[in-house]
Amino acid sequence: MDMLSEALERLFRERATPEVIREIEAGGDPSGLWAEISDSGFLDILLPEDKDGAGVSLSEAFASFMLAGFHALPVPFVQTVMARAWLDALGVEAPPGMIAIAGPETQRSADGGLGVRNVAFGKVADWVLAEFDNLWVVLPTEAARVEGEQVRASLSADLHWASLPASALIVSSDTGSACSPINLAAASLTPLMAGAARRALDMTLEHVAERQQFGRPVAQFQAVQNQVSVMAERVWAMRMAARLAFHAGGVQPSRELTAVGKTRCSEAAVLVADISHALHGAIGITEEYDLQLYSRRLREWRRAGGTEAWWARRLGQAVQASSGSVLDFIIANTGAVERAA
Amino acid sequence: MTIDALDLNFIPEEDEALRGPVRSFLEETLQGMPADRRARSWMGFDADFSRALAERGWLGLTLPKEYGGAARGPFARFVVSEELLTAGAPVSAHWIADRQSGPLILKYGTEEQKHFYLPRISRAEAFFCIGMSEPGSGSDLASIRTRATPTDKGWLLNGSKIWTTNAQHSHYMIALVRTSGEPQDRYKGLSQLIVDLSLPGVTIRPIEDMSGDAHFSEVFFDNVECPADALIGEEGNGWAQVNAELAFERSGPERLYSSMVLVESWLRHCRENVSESSVRLETLGHIVSWLTVLRSQSLALTAKLARGESPAIEASLVKDLGTEIEQAIPRWIADVIGAEPEIAVSAELRRTISYLEQLAPSFSLRGGTREIMRGIIARGLKLR
Repeated sequence: MDMLSEALERLFRERATPEVIREIEAGGDPSGLWAEISDSGFLDILLPEDKDGAGVSLSEAFASFMLAGFHALPVPFVQTVMARAWLDALGVEAPPGMIAIAGPETQRSADGGLGVRNVAFGKVADWVLAEFDNLWVVLPTEAARVEGEQVRASLSADLHWASLPASALIVSSDTGSACSPINLAAASLTPLMAGAARRALDMTLEHVAERQQFGRPVAQFQAVQNQVSVMAERVWAMRMAARLAFHAGGVQPSRELTAVGKTRCSEAAVLVADISHALHGAIGITEEYDLQLYSRRLREWRRAGGTEAWWARRLGQAVQASSGSVLDFIIANTGAVERAA
Repeated sequence: MTIDALDLNFIPEEDEALRGPVRSFLEETLQGMPADRRARSWMGFDADFSRALAERGWLGLTLPKEYGGAARGPFARFVVSEELLTAGAPVSAHWIADRQSGPLILKYGTEEQKHFYLPRISRAEAFFCIGMSEPGSGSDLASIRTRATPTDKGWLLNGSKIWTTNAQHSHYMIALVRTSGEPQDRYKGLSQLIVDLSLPGVTIRPIEDMSGDAHFSEVFFDNVECPADALIGEEGNGWAQVNAELAFERSGPERLYSSMVLVESWLRHCRENVSESSVRLETLGHIVSWLTVLRSQSLALTAKLARGESPAIEASLVKDLGTEIEQAIPRWIADVIGAEPEIAVSAELRRTISYLEQLAPSFSLRGGTREIMRGIIARGLKLR
C-alpha cells in the first residue's frame, strides 16, 4: 500500500466506523468527521506543490480513493478533492467545506429556479457543483430547499434553489480542455463503487466460510462457489473499469474513459449487490448487519452521476462518430499518458 | 487472489510499432474476404497465410532467437494477435503452436526437442494440435484413458482423443496421456507426448459442426509406436505442465475477440445508416465498455507472462468474462438490428450473425468450460 493509502486507510477505519456511518445517515452532524479529514491535509493532494498541494495525479490517487468506498465513508471526500483540483485548474478558488457533484439529473426552469436530483452526498455537502447546459456553478446547499421526502438513511438528495444565490460560484464552461461537472461526478463515483464492491466481496467470502448448513460451510457447495466466482469477476472488472476512469496524467478524467468506467461499474454493481445478499441470506438485509452499508451504496452510486444506460449511450455516440475501428477507439483512449506538468 | 495487484499496463512502444505493418499486410491480404468467413478467425485454416506471416517474422515472437524465434516477448505477440483476430485472419494453422505448444516446448523440452520443433513452428512448417478431451473425459480431464506404455524403443500409444481442433491439418499433437498408474490415480501418472500424426496407427476423423465447418476431429491411436523422445517434460508431470500451458491458452486476446469481426462489421453498418436510436448507441457503448476493461485485464496478464509468472487463476477470470461478452455480442446486435426494421441489413452481416449465434456456445466450452473456470476462481478465493 502506498503512503497516502496507508494514512487514509487508518483514518477511515478508525474514524468512519459503522456506528459513525449510521449516525450520519440518521441525520447526525458530519462536521466532526469532516474536520478530521480536512485537518489531515488530504483535501489538496491533487493540487500542484506550489499551491500547497501534493502534486498527485488521478492515477496515483486512485488506490486511496477506493478506500473511501471500501469504508463507506459518509462524506464526499473523493468529490471534494476532485472538485477542488478541478476548480483550481479553472482558476477558481474552492470554497471551504464539503463539495458534492451533480450528475445529469439537473433542471433550470424558466423562472430562474435551479434543481438537482439524486446527488450523491447532497444531504451532507456544503456545496454542490452542477452543470445546467453551459452554466457551471458551485451552489451553496444552505440556500437550497430539500425536495420531497428523502430515502431513508440515504446521503443522496434532491435540492432546489429558487434563484441563483449570491454566494454561488460561477465557473466558465468555455474551458476547452477541462472535463464537465457531469463527467467529474461520474468519474468520482467509480472508485467508490469499486471499493464498496470489494468490501461486499470480502464480507461474502467470510460469511460463506463461516456459515454452516447441512453440516458444512456453505462455501463448499458448488452452487455457492459459482455465485462467488461470478461476483469476484465483477469486482475485478469494476476495479479495472474504475482504474481506467482515473487513467489521466493530471486531474481531468477523460470523457471516454469515464463513460467506460461508469458504464461498466454501474452495470456490475447491481449484480455484486444482488449476489452478496443472496449468499448472506436473511441476515444480510437486516439493519444491524453491515452489508447493507455497502450494498445500498452500490445501488445508489449506480443511479447517481448517470446510470449505465446514460453513459453507454454517450460512449456509443462517440464510437459511432469516430472514424476508426472499435479497437482503434480502445487503443487511442487507453495508451500511456504523459504526466501533466 | 491478488485483485489489487493487477494495475494498468501499457504495450511498450517498440511492440506497438508492429501494429502498422501487420495491419497494412492484413488489409491487402484479406481484401474481399466476406465477414462471415473472417468471423471464423482462429478457426479459419490457411497454411499459406501462416507461412506468409512467418516470412515477415510475425510467428515465434515469444521464442528466443537461438531457436528461430524473434525474441520479442508476450506484448509483441499481443499486438500481432489482436490485429489478426480483429481482422478475422485465418490463423488457425499456426495458432496453437505459436500460442502454447512453442512456449511449452521451450519450457519443458530438451535441447534437441527445442532445436527440432521451435524453428519449424516459427517458420509455420510444424502445426500443432492439443489432445486433451476424450470420449469419456471432457471437463474431468484427469480421468483420461489414452495410455502410452513404455517399450524398449519408446512408447506404445493406444486410445483416442476427441474435439481436437485442427487435428486433420496438424503435423503433431501434444497429447495428455497416462504413462503409469490407473484412471483412479487421477493426475498422478499423466504425461505429455508429442505425437507425430503421420505415424502408422493414427486415424483422424474430422467432425462437422452445425455451421458446416469441420474444425475439430476425433483421433484414434491403435498401437502407435512413438520414439522415446516423444515424451515432453517429465514422465508423470503432465498435469502440472498442462496447467502451466493453460495460462497461455486462457489469458490472451482470443478470449475477448471471437465476435470482433461482427462488432466491426456492424459498426460499419451503423455508420452507413446513422441513427441516434437509444438501443443501438447503448448496445454499442456496452460492448465497448466491456471490451475496453477486458483488454486492460488481458494486458495485465500479459505483463505477468512477460515477467515469467503463470497467472492461472486470473486467466480463468479473464476467460470467463471474455467469453461472456463474446457470446452476448451476436445476441445484442441481432436484437438491435431487429429493433431498426426500417434499415436494411446485408446478407453478409446476417450470415455473420448466424454463424456466431450458432458457434458462440463453443466459446465457453473450448479451453475449459465456464463451470471449470468458476471452480478454479473459487479455489483461488480459497473456497475449496
